[in-house]
Amino acid sequence: MSFALTPAHAQRLEHLRSRYETPRSLILPLLWMAQTQEGYLSPEALAFVAHETQLCVADVTSVASFYTMFALSPQGHHTIEVCGTLSCHLNGASQLIEALQKTLGITLGQTTADGAFTLKKVECMGACHEAPVVVIDGVYHARQNVQSLTTLLEETRS
Amino acid sequence: MSHDLVVSARFGIANSHTLIVAQAHGAYTQLSTLLAQPPQSLVQTVIDSGLRGKGGGGAPTGAKWQLLEGQAKPRYLVVNADESEPGTFKDRHIIEHDPHLLIEGILLSCHALEAKAAYIYMRGEYRFWHDRLQSALDEAYGAGILGAHSCDITLHRGAGAYICGEKSALLESLEGYRGQPRLKPHRPEPEWLWGRATIVNNVETIASIPYILYKGAQAYRAMGTKESAGTLLFGLSGHVNRPGVYELPFGMPLLEVIETYGGGIRDGRALKAVIPGGASTPVLTAEQAKNATLSYEGMKLAGSALGTGGMIIMDESTSMVDALDNLLAFYRHESCGQCTPCREGTHWASSIVHDIARRQPRSDALPTLKNIARTINGQTICVFGPAVADVINGFLRNFPQEFA
Ligand SMILES: Cc1cc2nc3c(=O)[nH]c(=O)nc-3n(C[C@H](O)[C@H](O)[C@H](O)COP(=O)(O)O)c2cc1C
Ligand code: SF4
Ligand code: FES
Repeated sequence: MSFALTPAHAQRLEHLRSRYETPRSLILPLLWMAQTQEGYLSPEALAFVAHETQLCVADVTSVASFYTMFALSPQGHHTIEVCGTLSCHLNGASQLIEALQKTLGITLGQTTADGAFTLKKVECMGACHEAPVVVIDGVYHARQNVQSLTTLLEETRS
Repeated sequence: MSHDLVVSARFGIANSHTLIVAQAHGAYTQLSTLLAQPPQSLVQTVIDSGLRGKGGGGAPTGAKWQLLEGQAKPRYLVVNADESEPGTFKDRHIIEHDPHLLIEGILLSCHALEAKAAYIYMRGEYRFWHDRLQSALDEAYGAGILGAHSCDITLHRGAGAYICGEKSALLESLEGYRGQPRLKPHRPEPEWLWGRATIVNNVETIASIPYILYKGAQAYRAMGTKESAGTLLFGLSGHVNRPGVYELPFGMPLLEVIETYGGGIRDGRALKAVIPGGASTPVLTAEQAKNATLSYEGMKLAGSALGTGGMIIMDESTSMVDALDNLLAFYRHESCGQCTPCREGTHWASSIVHDIARRQPRSDALPTLKNIARTINGQTICVFGPAVADVINGFLRNFPQEFA
């Protein structure tokens, strides 16, 4: 299998080339494009990024592994991220994590057997005034409690 | 207290994020006049205004801009929208409600700095705000506000790493490397992006520029205190009734802000502690908070630092051991790993405090923690390490009975 950008992404890449002094600076934009397309960074995608940035695959993989938002293995269909940092913690984040682990039958970092959900605890999301915050598939949900989260989970599943 | 709103004036207006509404409420009206002025006169106004950087360090912006004097071109401006300091959530409000204020600030700043282009580095989690700002940029290009005759503005998305908020780590990341801070020079000099002289400023700093250049340095200086001119988007979170961001002039009493704007402590409880300016500023007891005022000098006097102005409020039910345990888990996770004292020290301190929280402390927990803090302090490439040492010392100094 090989990797290719969608036409929209390929166009965006051409546009971005003129904006940076070195091809290396295109690493993060390219990794984002690849992950958006495939849900994670496949070896083929990493090889593609290395080719576009004129780097070796090990270099690109090293950079990708530094950043927590890049996944180097396939993830669940939906990703649930609970902020566990202080303001959210003071407002009940631990109870949310406990409830989610129980409902989904997995612990932090795991994916459900049906591949539907990956559960993660994350650091401050920059939404401390809306604590506790849960982010599902990149969308912020403010002031969650166990009940509202149960509803949210059902909506996400369907 | 009545004061001008420097960065939040358009926040309450419906659809203020669109070009047409922003323009109807004053955006870009004096842009062409100001762009016709000599760059040095804009820099002088910023110097005279007393503006200090709003990303946490409080460095005088004008003096920093002067570091570009005599530097070769091209030069760059980089806007720091990484906003990852726990307790801090202000820049996203500017981007959400008034992205055109930021764009106008960038255009004016690039003119003052004679910068060829600007890059906005935004944390990866801010997808909604990324899309909102990109739409505003597209609108500005479409309307010819940005384009052939202006600097180009490129939005660059990070991917989850607190340390990329540190300016040199940010530039490493922008250049396509792992986001690890660079060694610091001994004398003040600009930052370097691809080896070109570069200025890094926080979103709110750049968003303050239009007000200062429109209204003049004196209007800005008229607000706040002598050493802390102007206003800041203060943040309130934790155990308060009305968490949120509030633009206030520097110098207000901390407790008054918690009462008046935050609506007081939740459930009628008493205040126990305040972390005044983002997680990396030392914690204050309720007693210390009593006479503290929200300015750079006021916070220093109180025994902490103003930081980002993001206050985390804790009521009497809070365990300070649990709070420090939580913060150290954050720092352990976010240390970039370059410096041994920071990488090992955060890990070690975190497990010691975690053991205290589990009521299974080692017998020499306190002296060991103090020793770790001392070993980290001053031995690292960036100030992440010393900040962690300050955090540990603040908790141990102010709440010794809980760690005994
Ligand atoms: C560990 C660490 C994290 C930082 N995170 C941020 C951040 O998220 N946003 C920011 O504007 N500045 C952050 N800073 C401060 C920047 O290094 C830099 O001083 C700032 O962006 C300069 O802009 P200013 O002068 O306008 O404040 C951080 C510093 C450190 C040491
Ligand atoms: S102090 Fe910590 S975060 Fe800063 S460069 Fe050293 S290891 Fe990295
Ligand atoms: S602590 Fe959860 S968003 Fe900041």
